[in-house]
Amino acid sequence: MKPLLYVRAESVGEAAAAHAGRPEARYLGGGTNLVDLMKLGVERPEVLIDISRLPLDQVEELPDGALRIGATVRNSDLAGHPLVRERYPVLSQALLSGASGQLRNVATTAGNLLQRTRCAYFQDVGKPCNKRVPGSGCGALTGVNRDHAVLGHSEHCVATHPSDLAVALAALDAVVELAGPGGGRTVELTEFHRLPQDSPDQDTVIRPGELITGVLLPPLPGGTVSRYRKARDRASFAFALASVAATVQVRGGVVRHIGVAFGGLAHRPWRARRTEAALLGSAPTPEAVARAVDAELAAAVPLRDNAYKVSLARDLACEVLGSLTART
Amino acid sequence: MGATPSAPGAPVERREGRAKVTGAAKYATEYAPPGRVYGWPVPATVARGTVVSLDTSAALALPGVLAVLTSDSAPRLADAGDPTLAVLQDSRVPHHGWPVALAVAETLEAAREAAGAVRVRYATEPHDVTLTVDHPRAYQPDEVNGGHPGERRQGDPDGAFADAAVRVDVSYAVPPLHNHPMEPHGATALWRDDELTVFDSSQGGDTVRATLAKLFALPEERVSVVCEHVGGGFGSKGTPRPHVVLAALAARHTGRPVQLALLRRELTELVGHRAPTLHRVRLGARPDGVLTSLIHEVTTHTSRIREFVEQAAVPARVMYASGSSRTSHRAVALDVPTPSWMRAPGEAPGMYALESAVDELACALGMDPIELRVANEPPAEPDSGRPFSSRHLVECLREGAARFGWDGRDPRPGVRRSGPWLTGTGVAAATYPVLVSPSRATVTAHPDGLYVVRLNATDIGTGARTVLAQIAAQALGVRVDSVRTEIGVTGLPRAPLAGGSAGTASWGWAVHEACRDLARQLAERSGPLPPGGMTASADTAGTADAESPYARHAFGAHFAEAAVDTDTGEVRVRRLLGVYAAGRILNARTARSQFIGGMVMGLGMALTEGGGVDPASGAFIGSDLAGYHVPGHADVPAIEAHWIDEEDPHLNPMGSKGIGEIGIVGTAAAIGNAVHHATGVRFRELPLTPDRVHV
Repeated sequence: MKPLLYVRAESVGEAAAAHAGRPEARYLGGGTNLVDLMKLGVERPEVLIDISRLPLDQVEELPDGALRIGATVRNSDLAGHPLVRERYPVLSQALLSGASGQLRNVATTAGNLLQRTRCAYFQDVGKPCNKRVPGSGCGALTGVNRDHAVLGHSEHCVATHPSDLAVALAALDAVVELAGPGGGRTVELTEFHRLPQDSPDQDTVIRPGELITGVLLPPLPGGTVSRYRKARDRASFAFALASVAATVQVRGGVVRHIGVAFGGLAHRPWRARRTEAALLGSAPTPEAVARAVDAELAAAVPLRDNAYKVSLARDLACEVLGSLTART
Repeated sequence: MGATPSAPGAPVERREGRAKVTGAAKYATEYAPPGRVYGWPVPATVARGTVVSLDTSAALALPGVLAVLTSDSAPRLADAGDPTLAVLQDSRVPHHGWPVALAVAETLEAAREAAGAVRVRYATEPHDVTLTVDHPRAYQPDEVNGGHPGERRQGDPDGAFADAAVRVDVSYAVPPLHNHPMEPHGATALWRDDELTVFDSSQGGDTVRATLAKLFALPEERVSVVCEHVGGGFGSKGTPRPHVVLAALAARHTGRPVQLALLRRELTELVGHRAPTLHRVRLGARPDGVLTSLIHEVTTHTSRIREFVEQAAVPARVMYASGSSRTSHRAVALDVPTPSWMRAPGEAPGMYALESAVDELACALGMDPIELRVANEPPAEPDSGRPFSSRHLVECLREGAARFGWDGRDPRPGVRRSGPWLTGTGVAAATYPVLVSPSRATVTAHPDGLYVVRLNATDIGTGARTVLAQIAAQALGVRVDSVRTEIGVTGLPRAPLAGGSAGTASWGWAVHEACRDLARQLAERSGPLPPGGMTASADTAGTADAESPYARHAFGAHFAEAAVDTDTGEVRVRRLLGVYAAGRILNARTARSQFIGGMVMGLGMALTEGGGVDPASGAFIGSDLAGYHVPGHADVPAIEAHWIDEEDPHLNPMGSKGIGEIGIVGTAAAIGNAVHHATGVRFRELPLTPDRVHV
């Protein structure tokens, strides 16, 4: 039996100290993904540093109108927070579209961002996976890949990031706050998750020992509306086949602010900058929206089983942007 | 318990309900005999080949590890006629996931660690796990599951089809499906000298006992099997599975009681699955809808080590009159785990295809699909010519139509839009054969007024204890709460397994006979009972299994309303309604639960369930419940089960037909037909997930 050291951290400093010098340490939040991966043998930590009791469980409004979400705020609490519901419906909707009630009650904000792909090849230690064992190959590339990436993948990895929350945060220009051995730093959410390239074992830009302490949500321009929509295999408790998060402000018939991100299509939440650029300053007619969405999805390279994702994402985005621009 | 209604069919509550929800009910791996240790299998990671070397040294060096059984060290097994149970007997790997070793340790964690530390080298051979309709190794089996002939022919179906005024010629595909009972398969095994006791999760303890006795070359009386509570099986626990053999081997080898629970993801490879089926259905009809030709051809896979052929073309031999017919099966032996029974084997996939094709024919004819079915109602079982003991399919269709609000339905597809949603309705028929096996039972009247019924029935979650007490109370003319039911352990009077929707009929028949005998004896005597009470017994061998001159089947009708989101291709079922003619219903509460459970499983088959095979490794992909989607609560809509009172004197003393499986039969077709009515598009491959439906 592999012995496991369990440390309950009471402060960020304590957590960092427990992690120092232990590459096989893992921070434990809600454990809804990490513990599963331990059972599967995918994760084999030597130390579990329980950070779920750190004083990072608050959502606070900052003087500039931003919201600061603590790393250990539970998904259910975040989804139900009055300020989130009022100002960032896209975030609340994304959270509530994910997992199940029981899981959302336990899962944390930071843990959600750091969850691993649900690629079946990654989760099975008997199969090749460059993310799990660099250099072992990618089983999904020529295997069963209906659920896999159509954007930004490489020959080394075609996995998708499973989070709904992260997709909404990507559209909201959220910023990840990190504490680490070298001090604190912030990283834009859209830069936090990586594309696989030739090192898919690195999901994010987080450094060894670094700890997410919170997520900053900048205020949205007044009159901005937002929405999250997800297509999935069953009505609840299923990961996105494709999803869209969008924020839009239209003034005088012209798009003044826009943030669009796709989920289920790539190794990270896919911020649709081309779509945004095409619409910003333009009238969001259905034709313009469709052209703008197509501009983003033109880069898609489907695999054997997932060509449907391109048209699915297109229709989702057109519907969401159409409904939002009609409302604002 | 409060009120104890004793009328036939009374909705008596499950007797073990409280024990289950409070955790008091014991399942197979919740027994802790002193000295218990844990077994953890090492599954093969290749689909075809041979183990050339197996290094257990690292595993054995771990603390707490007692042994690693391999095909070199494991005790030898005799042939029990089921190659899927010949585990750790030779170095062949017949499919991915086949156990090539078994670690045994003092703790579960140590056993897992040890299993992971075993180093296995294989000589692999090219494998083939892909079923195609034109597979070069496809063959026609003489016999398919259930003992049915592989092919049946009446008249000249090809000629009649060519000459038919209206024709449909369509193909459907049903993927591999997994049983996934809530309780994974597990067992606790212990030896005392040459006596073996196992606590097993099985649908039939006597079947397990007979098989283990053969495998370990023991007289049956030296094998005891306890199956007190079983958390579902859906066929996957119908016969003994490798887990119980592994536990018994390990206990023999180590001299310690061994507990072994399969992982959820191991179930797909070790306990059977519903084989994928590729269907071609041709229907030829006159302009008035009367069928002149019915051809149902099925191609499916089996494994290399044991033939199991899903009898998906068999229901077409029962359903409709047609001037001519051919129903046939072809199988391909692939390097896949051995398929087996899954709820309504044959009927579930077969009726999906047939009932979808009937709907397509109705559309081609411009005829209401209910009227088309009525127009082809047969006077006797089409294939055998035998009269039906009872058949009330038309009544089910009519009753369902009235309850569902079918009349006045606009048949045009693709015209009911509300926002992004297109809605439609669909109907399909259901059928399931009446199966019954001999059973024994005893009943004892005690002086204190208690009656105790004993037989080795198994409660797989359906409420067997409760309904058997009701049957006994009826036959004895006493209150149901004065009857105790003792089941679930060998040594009790021998009883068949809970499978084929035959448990209640088989056990109940023997219970009824014993109780009637006891009632006669009690009526004839006067004075107090002796201290030990008075016992009567019954054995229905020769009676229950006597050949019936009748074709005996339950029938039903399923109605579905489906909504399709045109933005995403997501299909959501809004209403499901089933009406059944299944003889006399013996307990309205537990029967409704069974019907609805079957319908939910049919909903899963239609919309969410499907196991993919990874061509490179030969393994099922998505083997846990995050990857294999069974319906969640949000998927299950307003769902209703109704039944019509059916009197059938040709069944058993209770007048009952089996009800455990018919709920899954035709449900997927009703939903698929509703999706066509909603969208105007026929999707002929299950499940109806957005990757298929988004267009």
